[in-house]
Amino acid sequence: MSADTAIPVVRTLDYTGAERLTMNMGPQHPSAHGVFRAILTLEGEKVVAVDAVIGYLHRCHEKLAETLTYAQYPSIASKTDYVAAMTSELAYVMAAEEIAKIEVPKRAEYLRVLVAELQRIASHCLWLGTWCMDMGGALGGGATIFLYCIRERELVLDLFESLTGARLLYGFHQVGGVRYDVPEGWMEQCRQTIDLIDKRIDEYQEMLEGNAFFLMRTQGVGVISKELALDVGVCGPLLRGSGVAFDLRRVAPYSSYQDFDFRVPVETAGDCFARYRVRMAEFRESIKIVRQIIAGLPEGPISSRPGLKSVAQVRVPKGEAYTRVEGARGEVGCYLIGDGTAKPYRMKWRGASFSNLAVLPHIIPGHAVADVVAIMGSVDPVFGEVDR
Amino acid sequence: MTAADARTKITEFAGAVLTGGGTALIVSVPPDRWAAFAAFAKDTLGCRFFSFLSAVDLKDEGLEVIAWVDNTDGPFAMLMKTRLGPGVSACASLVPVYRGANWMERECFDMFGIVFEGHPDLRRILLGHDWVGHPLLKSYAVDTPHPPYR
Repeated sequence: MSADTAIPVVRTLDYTGAERLTMNMGPQHPSAHGVFRAILTLEGEKVVAVDAVIGYLHRCHEKLAETLTYAQYPSIASKTDYVAAMTSELAYVMAAEEIAKIEVPKRAEYLRVLVAELQRIASHCLWLGTWCMDMGGALGGGATIFLYCIRERELVLDLFESLTGARLLYGFHQVGGVRYDVPEGWMEQCRQTIDLIDKRIDEYQEMLEGNAFFLMRTQGVGVISKELALDVGVCGPLLRGSGVAFDLRRVAPYSSYQDFDFRVPVETAGDCFARYRVRMAEFRESIKIVRQIIAGLPEGPISSRPGLKSVAQVRVPKGEAYTRVEGARGEVGCYLIGDGTAKPYRMKWRGASFSNLAVLPHIIPGHAVADVVAIMGSVDPVFGEVDR
Repeated sequence: MTAADARTKITEFAGAVLTGGGTALIVSVPPDRWAAFAAFAKDTLGCRFFSFLSAVDLKDEGLEVIAWVDNTDGPFAMLMKTRLGPGVSACASLVPVYRGANWMERECFDMFGIVFEGHPDLRRILLGHDWVGHPLLKSYAVDTPHPPYR
């Protein structure tokens, strides 16, 4: 080949894995759904190590709880997991009730289950929408599913607004019961909302599972083995996606979950797709429980204690309790030690997302950078709960 | 393995004291048996689900480390405790037994200053690396200003 016809050689970078690159993902990254920094060590496109940096949203809830009374803290508890505020409030008041042996009326128990399940639907809507948006343009324009899901979540938030007056952080639970009873016509509105969501879930499932890109990006990606899941303590849909049928609503029923008929969905693959399948099935189980409550909400009082006249009115005797609820992201627990005063001696939050996120350094290495986004989204972390 | 079987097994473990027990078995062990008991809980009692690890500052009586584990097949739960004693802030790490103890022990070190011996990567997790003090100790007053504010 003569010199004048030679094609200039484009110098390519060595992507064969011979050089390592440290890449900072976050703290402000759209896929973090909050503030999370992952320091990735890359060999080409492949992640070989990850150091997770958390704590950007830390407010030391555990110290804060020692300075607030049992009447004051429940509304602050909702700020740990702000996407599913109802669950953390419930864990806290249940701990105080267990130590003080306070009875809760049946109607209040049913209302607690009702809001917990509506909350799960709202939270899963946000998860599905944001996760699909993270995975981007492959899913029919990226924001399509997101906007659909946000539309549905709004309907549930409207219900919460007419019930409690707030859309995000409710202060609905209190020691001995709940603070608000359902207003007139609310149950009918609730029934229409879940009927609508029930129909639309099928539509989304069809859209996603018929999409080859979606399947390629989720199947076989981010596999958590059963053994690893138990060892690290990942919970909720992640644990059930790895083949462990552990749902606190079933193994240790609280409030009145023993009264309702529902199924615990389990998948065995342990990948992002399995976690997605579990959550999609949970949507339907939650809808089923809500329907049962609408059909048979018992009459009676909504609290076993008189209305609050002072913030120090609730006193809890000496003792300890660990109560946990199955939140949208898994086991949300509150370990409480009472010392006979109006404030706890010690409170420990077990945030579901904290343990779920702790599995990332074990599963991310070996995946491409783009998969990190899919895996992060499938974990569904809420950083208010990770950092507490 | 049921909760009743576990009770029998625990009484055979040297040093373990089974107390109370409403929703969960509550077991106290001396600090030098802490890691051994955790391994026993995982392998013999089948408590393979690691829920959380934390500590309590009992003022004059020192620090107490607690951990909650579950047997998901039973199902039953167990709360394990160990008292480190006044002035002691060192404890055996559970990371070799439960990988989930990694972040939990880092948080515990951050908040209480407990040094977990055998932990592969013991550094602060929620607070900044240059933070002074351990906030969940009772001696750390919540209303004391801690400048500089950032």
